Amino acid sequence: METIVDIKWVLACYADDVPANGGACVKHGNEQIAIYNFTRRGEWYATQNLCPHKQQMVLSRGMIGSEGDSCEPKVACPFHKKTFSLLSGECLSGDEFQIKTYPVRVLDGRVYIGIE
Amino acid sequence: MVGYKFCEKLVARSNQFNIIVFGEEPRIAYDRVHLSEYFNGKSADDLSLSSSSWYADNGIALHLDDPIQEINRINKTVHSLKGAVIKYDYLVLATGSSPFVPNIEGVEKNGVFVYRTIDDLDLIKEYAVNAKVGAVMGGGLLGLEAAKALIDLGIKDTHVIEFAPRLMPRQIDSAGSAMLQSKLKQFGLTIHLNKSTSKIAGEYKIESLKFNDDTSLTVDMLVISAGIRPRDELAKLAGLQTSSRGGIIVNEKMQTSDECIFAIGECALYNSMIYGLVAPGYEMADIVVTYLTGGDKFFYGYDMSTKLKLIGVDVASFGDAFITEPNCRTIVFEDTHKGVYKRINISNDGKYLLGGILVGEAEAYNMLLQTVNNKIALPPNPEDMILGSRGGEAAEGAGVMSLPDDALICSCEAVSKLAICSAVNDGASGVDEIKKCTKAGTGCGGCVPLVKDLIAGTMKANGQYVKNVICEHFDYSRQELFDMVKINKLKNYDLVLDHFGKGDGCEVCKPAVASILSSLWNDVIVKQHTIQDSNDRYLANIQKGGTYSVVPRIPGGEITPDKLIVIGQVAKKYGLYTKITGGQRIDMFGAHVNDLPAIWEELIEAGFESGHAYGKSLRTVKSCVGSTWCRFGLHDSVSFAIEIEERYKGVRSPHKLKGGVSGCVRECAEAQAKDFGIIATEKGWNLYVCGNGGSKPQHAQLLATDIDSATCIKYLDRFLMFYIKTADPLTRTATWLNKMDGGIAYLKNVVINNSLGINEQLEEEMQALVDTYHCEWKEVVESEELRKRFVHFVNAPEEKDPAIKFEPMREQIKAKW
Repeated sequence: METIVDIKWVLACYADDVPANGGACVKHGNEQIAIYNFTRRGEWYATQNLCPHKQQMVLSRGMIGSEGDSCEPKVACPFHKKTFSLLSGECLSGDEFQIKTYPVRVLDGRVYIGIE
Repeated sequence: MVGYKFCEKLVARSNQFNIIVFGEEPRIAYDRVHLSEYFNGKSADDLSLSSSSWYADNGIALHLDDPIQEINRINKTVHSLKGAVIKYDYLVLATGSSPFVPNIEGVEKNGVFVYRTIDDLDLIKEYAVNAKVGAVMGGGLLGLEAAKALIDLGIKDTHVIEFAPRLMPRQIDSAGSAMLQSKLKQFGLTIHLNKSTSKIAGEYKIESLKFNDDTSLTVDMLVISAGIRPRDELAKLAGLQTSSRGGIIVNEKMQTSDECIFAIGECALYNSMIYGLVAPGYEMADIVVTYLTGGDKFFYGYDMSTKLKLIGVDVASFGDAFITEPNCRTIVFEDTHKGVYKRINISNDGKYLLGGILVGEAEAYNMLLQTVNNKIALPPNPEDMILGSRGGEAAEGAGVMSLPDDALICSCEAVSKLAICSAVNDGASGVDEIKKCTKAGTGCGGCVPLVKDLIAGTMKANGQYVKNVICEHFDYSRQELFDMVKINKLKNYDLVLDHFGKGDGCEVCKPAVASILSSLWNDVIVKQHTIQDSNDRYLANIQKGGTYSVVPRIPGGEITPDKLIVIGQVAKKYGLYTKITGGQRIDMFGAHVNDLPAIWEELIEAGFESGHAYGKSLRTVKSCVGSTWCRFGLHDSVSFAIEIEERYKGVRSPHKLKGGVSGCVRECAEAQAKDFGIIATEKGWNLYVCGNGGSKPQHAQLLATDIDSATCIKYLDRFLMFYIKTADPLTRTATWLNKMDGGIAYLKNVVINNSLGINEQLEEEMQALVDTYHCEWKEVVESEELRKRFVHFVNAPEEKDPAIKFEPMREQIKAKW
């Protein structure tokens, strides 16, 4: 069975709202979404802003970086340094947490997030 | 869960299979073990084990909300509810179980629920809004989980009704149950044992429970958790062999009576037993995957030892928990004060551990379980195993290395000691690497301490030198990197990473390099804000709920009435909670990130500066009142403390720094508990260094006696700069000294006798830092561009984080949590 996922691209913010190699939080309805501008790799990522470990709305304030030989991009929660893959949302520090990730597109200095 | 694990394992090992998954529920597989977390904030998505894209990415067709209705074993097809007909070569039944609902009059009434799926939880959640009294039928593991869920939903009056004379009858004994019961009472649970429910009374909805002993209990809702029944109806319909008491009968390859059909997880009955835990389910999945991919692996039952946290109470049961005398001897430890119960059963000859129960504290679980499973000979005083060694140092970790190679360390992922040690021998050096290459510790995580000990033990046995590198991105110690950055005059993180590192950095090396850059060049740290820890990025301390606290510097703890008034006014204006800190200043809590610049603008206007309470830098120099007022004081400790605090304020270091100055030997400033402490003597000052409060208190050691103020500052310059240049990241001065070869004698030689010939340089470097001091908050307040960063939503900068909530407490506020 094939699943066709309908993605809606939503204008989230402007590219210069998000600091180089760091994150910022945007509001989408009642949701808080963290957007990361991985300047070093020329990549953009987005995840939920809530850290599932202690339920804090802080992931956008975390440091980003990479892990392992595959250079998996990740974000570390500023509270207790749980780290999450920016690709899969999987918790990389060994806990059974999973965060939501969103596709990101940047066009003409505008950042769009794909919402299902 | 087990079905998902099967898919995960199969796609990892082979791409020869076309996998089609049918599920009855509308959701993809989710974590039932942590189901109760659904009630304290986790969403259904949070509980998901993967995502629908995971299935798609791995070429797995997913049919949700579409249970199989029929298996045609002759044509080898399955027929789904929605009409799909699929041919199979192999069929794996992972249909799980359903809650057992006893046949009691009135179970069909509104307000009676079971506890199994997210849909059940949604129904409970909805109904609980109008319920004041709740009950759970069943005091087993799941029943207590359900009771916790009711409490989380705000039902203060929650009852647990258990038919047996004790709680968790499958795991713990009566004494353990009694201890657990008294602990649970503190959380607001009322426990009824030996109660058999005869009727659920009420008009349309449940109103009360009637028991066989003619008592009753008025309740608004009931959750039934009276055990599980394997879902074997589909198998039965297909003519597969099932047990009359439920369960699809399987052999040691998990094959049913049809060799192309397997059953795994809670629906499978092996050797007359249903395995209702996740670990054996995963093992069964692994066995089928191994068989399908051409391997040989068999299921011979599974150790049902378990450790869990129930409503905050540790409960564990392992090996043969219930064996009694005369078949064994038991050692029992009971502490009703702390609520701890421990029992171990040992063989009559005192040689082996057979099993046991732990309630209230279960730290020893891993080692005890290993001792049982590997038939390790007991020490002469087996009670040490639950009481800890009393007298004499226990060799830390030695026990782990003595385990046999096939000892199962991680039971969730079935990883042996040999597998872990081999991985270490092959070059894995940290828990994270071990997790990746062996998967050990990735399940419940309970074995991680054992894994750590094994890594350390194996490396030590190999005579490996453990180099203190910063992280995977920098193959250097902090001291090496410090010198390299200095010589090459590198001024930003990216340059340092390009020159000496690899990858894209991480949360360990970024702040470590930020600290080095700051100690070398003393630039405004927020210019590179994304390499700072959150506190340094926002120049404030992040607190529960995501608000920040604000601490202006109050040097030496001396403050004018006018400044006190300003603090009061600012706190009032921005609705902040105020508290005096341990370092003689005032902390204002609960500030929204958006308000920070405005708060600081007002504070700076009144003459305050940043207190660097958020930084790995000088915090405070605490002082006693000294000779100006105190009749015992020898010197003016306040003035000296202010002078020193003003000198080193803003200097960044490997970890935070605290100082103290006492005006006499009575030591009211507690200077000997600080990184540097100065105590007045008749002739001058005594200087102490490397003291620490915190979790491992350590008294500071005497560096110099009877010195004058200028010498004291000179020594401090050298000492602090030497520490800043040579310590590992996040190492306080006390630990730094403890690791230093030669200890305080060596340090004295460096600082006082100039044994390394670097003192002039150290003094110059410190003077450069002192000369380049700036108030970071002033920089921010005066820069429109920097101020703009202090928002929660970049697309709605005026709006504050709506998730932040406060509640009143003693005429102030606290974070609502």
